[in-house]
Amino acid sequence: MSAAELASAVRRGELSAESLFERSLAAIEARESELHAFNLVLNESARARAAEIDARVRRGEQLGPLAGVPIAIKDNICTRDIETNCSSRILAGWRPPYDATAVERLLAADAVIVGKTNMDEFGMGSTTENSALGATRNPHDTALVPGGSSGGSAAAVGAGCVTLALGSDTGGSVRQPAALCGVVGMKPTYGLVSRYGLVAYASSLDQIGVIASSVGDAALALGLIAGHDKRDSTSLAVAPADYVAQLASGVDGLRVGVVVEMLAGCDRAVAATVRSAAVALESEGADVREVSLSILDHAIPAYYLIALAEASSNLSRYDGVRYGLRVGAPTASAMTSATRTAGFGPEVKRRIMLGTYALSAGYYDEWYGKAQRVRTAIARHLSEVYATLDILLTPIIPNVSLELGELEDPLTAYLSDRCTVVANLAGHPSISVPFGASEGHPIGVQLMSDALGEPTLLRAAAALQAQTAWRPSPVRGTH
Amino acid sequence: MPSLSRAEVEHVARLARLELSDDEVALYTRQLGKVLDHFASMASVDTTDIPPTASPQHLAGTAALRSDTVCPSLDREKVLRHAPDPWDGHFGVPQVSDDTL
Repeated sequence: MSAAELASAVRRGELSAESLFERSLAAIEARESELHAFNLVLNESARARAAEIDARVRRGEQLGPLAGVPIAIKDNICTRDIETNCSSRILAGWRPPYDATAVERLLAADAVIVGKTNMDEFGMGSTTENSALGATRNPHDTALVPGGSSGGSAAAVGAGCVTLALGSDTGGSVRQPAALCGVVGMKPTYGLVSRYGLVAYASSLDQIGVIASSVGDAALALGLIAGHDKRDSTSLAVAPADYVAQLASGVDGLRVGVVVEMLAGCDRAVAATVRSAAVALESEGADVREVSLSILDHAIPAYYLIALAEASSNLSRYDGVRYGLRVGAPTASAMTSATRTAGFGPEVKRRIMLGTYALSAGYYDEWYGKAQRVRTAIARHLSEVYATLDILLTPIIPNVSLELGELEDPLTAYLSDRCTVVANLAGHPSISVPFGASEGHPIGVQLMSDALGEPTLLRAAAALQAQTAWRPSPVRGTH
Repeated sequence: MPSLSRAEVEHVARLARLELSDDEVALYTRQLGKVLDHFASMASVDTTDIPPTASPQHLAGTAALRSDTVCPSLDREKVLRHAPDPWDGHFGVPQVSDDTL
């Protein structure tokens, strides 16, 4: 059942929120020891909240559109009085004094948070192996990674532990794990969803997104969390559209471009999946053509230099003074160095180092400044493309699947993000939809559009979902 | 484009307030040098007369500025609850004077 159907049954009193929670908890208990999708499972407090929702239904109260629906929250999104540690030693034990706006809005819709999900430390990774709390495994095959950085959220939805989850996407961190776990991942337009309460990684790129088992649920959840928030200075002053209402409108006449550069170098099954998605859209009346965007060859350098420069600045807040870990030392600066050295993992240190270098005296113009200009050039090329096309169709990741340790080399890992970082550089929305599998490993395709093109993206994604025979069956690798 | 030197890595680590072991300096010198060598390809993009982007362009003119008014913020006691060394309503730190930065 979809989240909308579950909530509807709860509101009518046909299903209890408590039974949904117990079902969610049973699914977590069945898989968690092999998956490690969760940093924290909220046993008693979630059960109490579910019971309260059932009591309100019995009292005849009107409940929200996610009444009793079990959800999970990535561990870099603040939950009031509930530990939020970004899978980092430096924030171990930290319980935020406030809820993120996106969390507040899902709670206002009467969802039940069952846990906080594992991630690459501070969002820095593509496999969820860079977690101080240990790696998450792919629910379809536990020899594989779930992708990252929102790997815990994607694995939790893919394994059927929760119906919906929040993730964050700086360069693909919602879409890529969604693809590898066989679920839907939506990164909204920069500024559409408030980032108040999202722990900052790279502020000009970060966006909270939704991971769901269907396009309809992603549309429903996006509609609930989108919209202006005065507490986020980058929040757009636009009202969210009714994303669900437009889902069935089809793709007749939609102009779709398949980006040829992004197909080059992909695993054969990935390229074949993208081409079959193009055929599927065409059969529904879309006008599909190939498009070349050679500037995108420079997306990875521009993205990483900007992301890591911003990260080195954002993560300077972890100084042992206001929250989180402190390692004692006689002076303030020695304390800060000792704290950061003990608190950050190796990939976070690597990224802070690279970002600090790109911003340091003598190198700023050559690296950071150049990257910002290439970012402009990429955005301009995309604007030209969107003058004649509605959406772009591409792979999410060149690989069908990734084994643990396969992306150990930093450059290899960074290059694997080449299809997803483009949307973040431009601030555009993008969605990952499952559209097939190779030897039981799900493969997703990516749809991108111009800013605020979410209604178009979601209805194209719904058309693809209706055309694929592949359905998730998370059974492999169960010991 | 030359690769990074050990001295540059050590300098950057000091700027970033990170203490690296000799092995880590060697590892980061090699890994970051390899990454930067690859990223140098970006230099081939002609960016003459192209301005830098600091924030996604659709934000320009659409992000709402709010009026500068005083409103309630987080409670001091709650904020200090997770400070490593809360001290009389403040964040406590070790000695700052005579500190070589």
